[in-house]
Amino acid sequence: MESVGSIIMYVIIALSIVVFSVLTVTTRKILRSATYLLFTLFATAALYFKLDYEFLGAVQIAVYAGGIVVLFVFSILLTSHPGHSSEKLVSRKRVLGLTLALATLVIAGYALISRCSVMFAKLPEMENPAMSKIGETLMGTGAGEYLLPFEAISVLLLACIIGGVVVARKR
Amino acid sequence: MDITVIYYLVPSLIMFCCGVYGFVTRKNMIAMLISLELMLNSVDINFVVFNRYLFPHQLEGMFFTLFAIAIAAAETALAIAIIINIFRASKNIDVTDVTKMKF
Repeated sequence: MESVGSIIMYVIIALSIVVFSVLTVTTRKILRSATYLLFTLFATAALYFKLDYEFLGAVQIAVYAGGIVVLFVFSILLTSHPGHSSEKLVSRKRVLGLTLALATLVIAGYALISRCSVMFAKLPEMENPAMSKIGETLMGTGAGEYLLPFEAISVLLLACIIGGVVVARKR
Repeated sequence: MDITVIYYLVPSLIMFCCGVYGFVTRKNMIAMLISLELMLNSVDINFVVFNRYLFPHQLEGMFFTLFAIAIAAAETALAIAIIINIFRASKNIDVTDVTKMKF
């Protein structure tokens, strides 16, 4: 049994995820689209906090909401006129998009419903993963520990920095 | 009322479908990238929810999400560098107009 406050929190989070992600793809002003994306990411971070993964929620806010959305806003301001709306969709394109989205919804929804027993699992008890445990898992070399992907990510980020500088510099 | 796995998976599924719709219908490259972020984000939610509900004493899903967030950040930064470069070359970032590399 969940407490009433927890259910209210869930309803707020789920509603804001659904509403803001629909608005992100339907609004015609691109700067608004980026703002709605920010709200969606915040709602996702709230969902991580609600599921007791505080570190993950903090990373979500810092990297996604703090880093990526700022990048988006800067590049929108650099490349398009802020008050400019995109032109109206041609109906063929809208029909194609709706068909694909609904097909995804139906197929994945069917897969969800046909796995009922897993889908109604209750929330098990869990201690919040302590920061020391997260750090040891991230830096360990044993089974289920992640030093190698961590190093690979650092090399990837370096390659990304170099690539970004090379691609975007003035000649 | 218990909040079970499916209560989290359905908003995430709707978010993914919004991403698909936006990716097909948008013409502006940055708007397409925003739709892509929506899809990545919904997959992250799925990882975390499965980890929390089915394997609560392990951290695999959480770490996968952590690495997915890092890779998404890198990918977005590089994609935006490319888009700004395209804008510099052709003053336009509509996908229908960028056809120079088409064979």
